[in-house]
Amino acid sequence: MLTKKQLLEVDHLKQYFPIKGGFLGRTVNHVKAVDDISFQIFEGETLSVVGESGCGKSTTGRAILRLDEPTDGTIEFDGVDLLSLSKRKMRKKRKDLQVIFQDPFASLNPRQTVKKILTEAMAIQNVVPKHQREARAVELLETVGMNAEQLDRYPHEFSGGQRQRIGIARALSVDPKLIICDEAVSALDVSIQAQVLNLLKKLQRQFNLTYLFIAHDLGVVRHISDRIIVMYLGKVVEIADKKSLFDNPQHPYTKALLSAIPTPDPEHKKERIILKGDVPSPIDPPSGCRFHTRCPFATDLCKQEEPQLRNLSMMKEGHQAACHHIEKIYAGQPPNEQSQENEPTLT
Amino acid sequence: MSEEIILDINNLRTSFFDDDGEIKAVDGVSFKLPKGKTLGVVGESGSGKSITALSILRLIDSKGKIVDGSINFKGKDLTKLSTKQIQHIRGNEISMIFQEPMTSLNPVYTIGQQIRETLKVHEGIGKEKGNKRAVELLQLVGIPSPEARLKQYPHELSGGMRQRVMIAMALACKPDLLIADEPTTALDVTIQAQILELINDLQDNLGMSVIMITHDLGVVAETCDYVAVMYGGKVVEYQDVISLFKNPRHPYTVGLLNSIPRHDIDVEDLEPIRGSVPSPKNMPKGCHFAPRCPFATDLCNAEMPSLDHLGDDSDVRCWIYSDRWDGDPEVNVVDQKTTS
Amino acid sequence: MFQFIVRRLLQLIPVLLGVTILVFSLMHLTPGNPAHIIAGESAPADTIKQIEERLGLNDPIPVQYFNFLKDAIMLDFGNSWRTSLEVSEELWPKFWVTFELAVYSTIFSIFIGLIAGIISAVRQYSFSDVSIMLVALFGLSMPNFWLGLMLMQWFAINLGWVPATGWGTPQQVVLPVITLGTMGAAVVARMTRSSMLDVISQDYIRTARAKGLKESIVIYRHALKNALIPVVTVVGLQFGSLLAGAVLTESVFAINGMGKLVIDRILARDFPVVQAAVLVIAVVFVFVNLLVDISYKFLNKRIDLD
Repeated sequence: MLTKKQLLEVDHLKQYFPIKGGFLGRTVNHVKAVDDISFQIFEGETLSVVGESGCGKSTTGRAILRLDEPTDGTIEFDGVDLLSLSKRKMRKKRKDLQVIFQDPFASLNPRQTVKKILTEAMAIQNVVPKHQREARAVELLETVGMNAEQLDRYPHEFSGGQRQRIGIARALSVDPKLIICDEAVSALDVSIQAQVLNLLKKLQRQFNLTYLFIAHDLGVVRHISDRIIVMYLGKVVEIADKKSLFDNPQHPYTKALLSAIPTPDPEHKKERIILKGDVPSPIDPPSGCRFHTRCPFATDLCKQEEPQLRNLSMMKEGHQAACHHIEKIYAGQPPNEQSQENEPTLT
Repeated sequence: MSEEIILDINNLRTSFFDDDGEIKAVDGVSFKLPKGKTLGVVGESGSGKSITALSILRLIDSKGKIVDGSINFKGKDLTKLSTKQIQHIRGNEISMIFQEPMTSLNPVYTIGQQIRETLKVHEGIGKEKGNKRAVELLQLVGIPSPEARLKQYPHELSGGMRQRVMIAMALACKPDLLIADEPTTALDVTIQAQILELINDLQDNLGMSVIMITHDLGVVAETCDYVAVMYGGKVVEYQDVISLFKNPRHPYTVGLLNSIPRHDIDVEDLEPIRGSVPSPKNMPKGCHFAPRCPFATDLCNAEMPSLDHLGDDSDVRCWIYSDRWDGDPEVNVVDQKTTS
Repeated sequence: MFQFIVRRLLQLIPVLLGVTILVFSLMHLTPGNPAHIIAGESAPADTIKQIEERLGLNDPIPVQYFNFLKDAIMLDFGNSWRTSLEVSEELWPKFWVTFELAVYSTIFSIFIGLIAGIISAVRQYSFSDVSIMLVALFGLSMPNFWLGLMLMQWFAINLGWVPATGWGTPQQVVLPVITLGTMGAAVVARMTRSSMLDVISQDYIRTARAKGLKESIVIYRHALKNALIPVVTVVGLQFGSLLAGAVLTESVFAINGMGKLVIDRILARDFPVVQAAVLVIAVVFVFVNLLVDISYKFLNKRIDLD
């Protein structure tokens, strides 16, 4: 790839949800689900967004699809500012922006046959002439590893993995440019999950698809991504290509996250950083660096000042992390002002 | 194995009965758990692993029934005990924690009330002494400011904290055996790490035996000494944990290992198991795994193999290792493993 | 908690004002001049004028409403147009009769309904479950005047165990209470059953069993308290409708209660009495609902009423 073409650019995106309360149901506060994040997706790549519950990864996906109206920021898709589009134009635009959800059962209409599900999507966007739609539906089913005999069945007659395949076929039916996969394989058994992951990779090669892959499982993410964004409490803490992120993580949260995953290899004992405490509430997030309440290296600076994403000499081009102390931690001399309760356990 | 065996399950069968007839959720499960060790029971949905766990404490709902087999725990067959006797064992000698910490505590009682209840029923401990013990227990599981927590209701705690409360409650009467049914599946990965570490530490300190029910082979590798792999209501392989990962014998175990997207190494293409997990309502006739197995022969499709003890301390349910094997005599299952 | 009750009481003020406006407009929306009703159609114009003057009917409507409201707060509803007695004097004794009938019937509904519902849920699909649900369906579909007549026929006339009519002695109470409470009992039983079944399948019930608790403790301590939440709502609504709907039962058993009074006075267009009765029923209904809300707070710790 000489020149990568940018497909999506998210700039200073904010998504606040009001909390109603009090005597007259006034807005008393906001859940800052996504708080000023920016990133780009290039054509043909898979960009993953990872993080724990409440980090804002799914909210980001919903904001791009305008399933929620973002509070602030811009989203430019294929040269068009999505947030400035009218509802009608946005509906048309969804042809290029498809989504696959976690629960395939909930996202397929139980009263429609597979044929109806697939042809309806084509009819709404009017991408395929009417008389060709059925043939196209068969073709799609075969593309996702199913067959024409299954065209007249209903979603409940399929297993979870097959339903997810139908969801993928539906997304493909309108020839989208970007597919947002929101925890698309999380609910599947591991043997089925592997099938669906392989399918997604195959389809990407075949149709030059671009994925925004939202997931919490870092194994899945490593397998499918080109680049990865790590989010924590509505902020991007680190963004890097896959290799850099797994081999050379810089942010203490990324390191802890990676070390926390159980490795399916009993002989491989690694150093584990166990974070103390829970993720704080996004209603009243910590000041400064949002991770400082759990970070083993937090100093007064971290409590006061919000770190910006930075690229330093030991990081590859495009690799950025938002931490005040990257250099010191990298040099093996982390600042040592942390309070006792944040002390990590190393095992 | 020369160690003392604390739990010995033999040919356990648990079925559910509805209008369509019998559904064999657990169909002849056998395994042993040495004292002070952790046994992982691993499998995908519908494998019968959770029903096996619930069967041990006889907690299956009214439509289900243990139809055959024995569960020997410290010299008693749990399947033969009266309701009163099994109630005496539950929460006292054998405790259990569950997958959903968010819904496993009663929303209308305080944390203190729920912990004291266990102490009262098994040890007759009253409110004042109960509160003291409850504070100690909450400290033991690493809950900050335990005195204040006693008066809180479950909804005031996070998921990780609730799972700690569940563990505190389970440990109240110093059980010999802790059954953990997917204890970290609903939790975030950094919280999962905390809880797994806690269970490991407590086991070391208290000398408990643990059964860890999970679908995650990573969790198995990190916490278990022995592993029973379940598929379609049966144990298909039983080994110590190192051998299982190094030298898996059953084609299903190999398929499972090949399906995991690893976070620690690069795998170009996953080697998934073909087909889909069979429903307990509609199990294949022969070996339950045969329709998805790359080695399956006519024999596999016709007849279920038995769980046989191989020379090197592993038990495998597969025709490949029997005299009657009718496929390629040179077949080597372990070679199919794609990851190191 | 105290704060919560105070706030709830304050929130009742607009509701009650709304009720008084509706009740007040009752008189002004019905055709005919009240003075004519009181004095009779053929009364001389002087008399009519006098009466209009006395009742303040010539004042502007807002002033009339204000006076009505002021008097209502002091529990002064004026005098009956028919009997000229003070309304409160006429109303209170009958209100208490009906109130007693409604309270006893509600207690009967809760008691029978809860027990039946719990048995049904715990032994789902058993013979007792099926029979209880059949009886409950029957109880729901039976018009209560018919049930009252049947009960009277059997227990009062054929067997002679209890008197057929009247109100006051314990024997007189039995049949009307069963008559009026049966439908409520059926509703409570069905509600309790479905609510219990829902609760019994919850994870925390499995936890309670895994702790080694006896089944009776699991059911009564862990399941019932959670299952009661929806049942309490139903009981609250039931009570209000019993108060307003006791008319038929009162007629069947010739009980001299508020229902009978209201019917009589509606026919006679005796508005002060009707207004007072409607207002009293509305106030009781509103307060019963307040009690329901407060009991939620005790039953369900998750509801943050603040």
